[in-house]
Amino acid sequence: MTARRFPLRATFATLAIAAVASFAPLAQADTLQDISKLLKQGQQAQALERTDKYLATKPKDAQGRFLKGLILTEMNRTPEAIAVFTKLTEDFPELPEPYNNLAVIYAQQKQYDKAKQALEMAIRTHPSYATAHENLGDIYARMASQAYDKALQIDSSNASAQTKLAMIRDLMSASSRPTPGKPVAATAATTAVVAPAAIEIKPVEAKPEAKAEAKPAAVKPVAAPAATPVPAAAPAAAAVAAESKPAPASTSGDIEKTLEAWAAAWSKKNVKVYLAHYAKDFQTPGGEPRATWESERSKRITKPGKIEVNIGNLSVTAEGAERATARFRQNYRSASLKTSSNKVLVLVRQDGKWLIQQERVGK
Amino acid sequence: MNRLLRLGMLIAAALACGTLASAHAKTAHAASPARYSDAGPEPLLARVFEHIEQNRLAAALQEVEALVKAYPNFHLANLIKGDLLLARSRPIQAFGNIANAPQDKLSDLREEAIARLKAYHEKPPANYVPRYLLQMRPDQDYAIVVDTQRSRLYLYQNEKGTPRFVADYYISHGKLGTDKLREGDKKTPIGVYHVTASLSRQKLSDFYGTGAFPISYPNEWDKRHGRNGHGIWLHGTPSDTFSRPPKASDGCVVLANQDLDALSKNLQIGLTPVIISNSIEWLSLDDWQAERGSLKKQIEQWRSDWESLDVERYLDHYSKKFIGDGMNQAQWSTRKRLVAGGKSWIKLSAENISMLRNPGKDDMVVVTFDQDYRSNNLSNVMKKRQYWQKEDGQWKIVYEGAG
Repeated sequence: MTARRFPLRATFATLAIAAVASFAPLAQADTLQDISKLLKQGQQAQALERTDKYLATKPKDAQGRFLKGLILTEMNRTPEAIAVFTKLTEDFPELPEPYNNLAVIYAQQKQYDKAKQALEMAIRTHPSYATAHENLGDIYARMASQAYDKALQIDSSNASAQTKLAMIRDLMSASSRPTPGKPVAATAATTAVVAPAAIEIKPVEAKPEAKAEAKPAAVKPVAAPAATPVPAAAPAAAAVAAESKPAPASTSGDIEKTLEAWAAAWSKKNVKVYLAHYAKDFQTPGGEPRATWESERSKRITKPGKIEVNIGNLSVTAEGAERATARFRQNYRSASLKTSSNKVLVLVRQDGKWLIQQERVGK
Repeated sequence: MNRLLRLGMLIAAALACGTLASAHAKTAHAASPARYSDAGPEPLLARVFEHIEQNRLAAALQEVEALVKAYPNFHLANLIKGDLLLARSRPIQAFGNIANAPQDKLSDLREEAIARLKAYHEKPPANYVPRYLLQMRPDQDYAIVVDTQRSRLYLYQNEKGTPRFVADYYISHGKLGTDKLREGDKKTPIGVYHVTASLSRQKLSDFYGTGAFPISYPNEWDKRHGRNGHGIWLHGTPSDTFSRPPKASDGCVVLANQDLDALSKNLQIGLTPVIISNSIEWLSLDDWQAERGSLKKQIEQWRSDWESLDVERYLDHYSKKFIGDGMNQAQWSTRKRLVAGGKSWIKLSAENISMLRNPGKDDMVVVTFDQDYRSNNLSNVMKKRQYWQKEDGQWKIVYEGAG
């Protein structure tokens, strides 16, 4: 039962994302899809063999390695799975999924501190990554339960602990299914059409479990990113959304230019110009000090190898003349990684210039 | 954010009384900063609650994790850690948010939190001393004063006759409170005692922790008032427990093992006073000097009146309630008058006087000294103990015997 406590479902969902991010030509991508089908059918040994073959030709491939990690996890070859996911976090620190899966494994081993650390890293890279937030909440609850046991000198294997686990299972299954009414497939398709032609994006319509970020950008802004999940903040955010109006053409145009310059600076690895796009009061994703965030961004951006960033499907919502929210598809491609994700930027106008005040991944 | 605020308010409310200092202590406190040692978990614990009250839950969690690391078996810290962790995943309803939690244990931990924070925030002012330590013998290096209401034990060093604060520790006392009367009443005695023995941990079960120090309950006064029972100790905690709730023992005074170990270095068997009170009365050093001065004068008067051979003046120091050596005041007077007839001279010295005030309303002081009695027909050297009590503004002896 231990293995069921944590959402392996979540790992499949991330696999779908990894598929989107893959560099692989169609034929090879199909191979990985075939392998994950094998895995779903429980043919783990075969899946592992084919993954190893695949990785023999593409040893650095993130998607292949991720899949291998999943297979090893299911085979209970835990140390190997940990090694695979750990290496992935080192090679692709910007991907939240390997961190999340590491956390799931650590949690199964009751190493809650390590699990928490991994999830915090996942959230740091993607502040609105819902699965990581949910898992982190679960980890906190488990750590709390451990602490209570110690405090009150009671046994954790009592009845109350068991009811609690069942509740957590419910929470997980609810969250890993798409909420009714979210036109997931349709949005993904739109994204694919509107995205710049230069980048191949594989639509995710085949995977209903795909991350909630596939939600159309125009629906409503999410709650401000927080280090901890704060469900209570959602209604406030919705109220803000109701007041906002579509942006006047001039604002839209200005912001589009700003964001193009931002993406260009990023692509050119011009850190100074890139950072100049952020407002003085920019809210760093993990709440870390500005200097820490800047140095981390600078380190990432100046990593060797070509970077290409462009944006598509931009929609701008103005909130007065000085503040606007931009939602778009961000296509990122570096030597080792290709991703396409939905981005939300909150921009403010200061001294006639639009500057980024908040940046997050998501709806 | 509501639930975070709610947690802060809940815990703050639980501790509200912790911030109410007595006017007396507060004024004095402001006048001169306390010089109290910050050993033990209280400073960290206080910081945790400060963070919670300010709604800085991440910082609070960080501090409480440090606390748990330093004191892994500190149940209270683990409970707060549980609450802070749970607050991150769902709303917190109360202090100690575990379903089906044993309510008595929770309220014990709440009591402990309040006791510890109160003691930390309301440290007695530096230039105040417990009223009970009127005078220590020169060879009494340390004295212990216990405040059961505060769940606190204070260690004082004898600095040329003046008690100087050394450390204070959280303690637990009897499940059913204080004023022990009967064997098995699960109460802690109130009075002036001393350490009578040291029991090493090898001789004890794990329940008593790293050691135990029996004290002299019941003393002469207790026996005279029919108080019985025995085996009142200062002792440690079981190895899986950092500290016990404020009211937990069968009458003993229980310290954390590390505190008992620190304390034990300073204890002199047969000598170190242990004064247990419900609530310590604190005196400024000036008031303390005045109090000890007036009693000292009376004792000196008693000594010189005895030497003077004026037996009525000598007997005037004894209360009508006096009982000693199995005699009441009348019998004592008759005997003394008889003895006085045969005396041509008496030389009396009283050295190494200790004067320890008995806690409570009785206004009584336990006086112990080395008595060197010489006379024309009899000499003897003994350790003497007297209980002096104030009657109509006059110090009178209500008990006298060998110490």
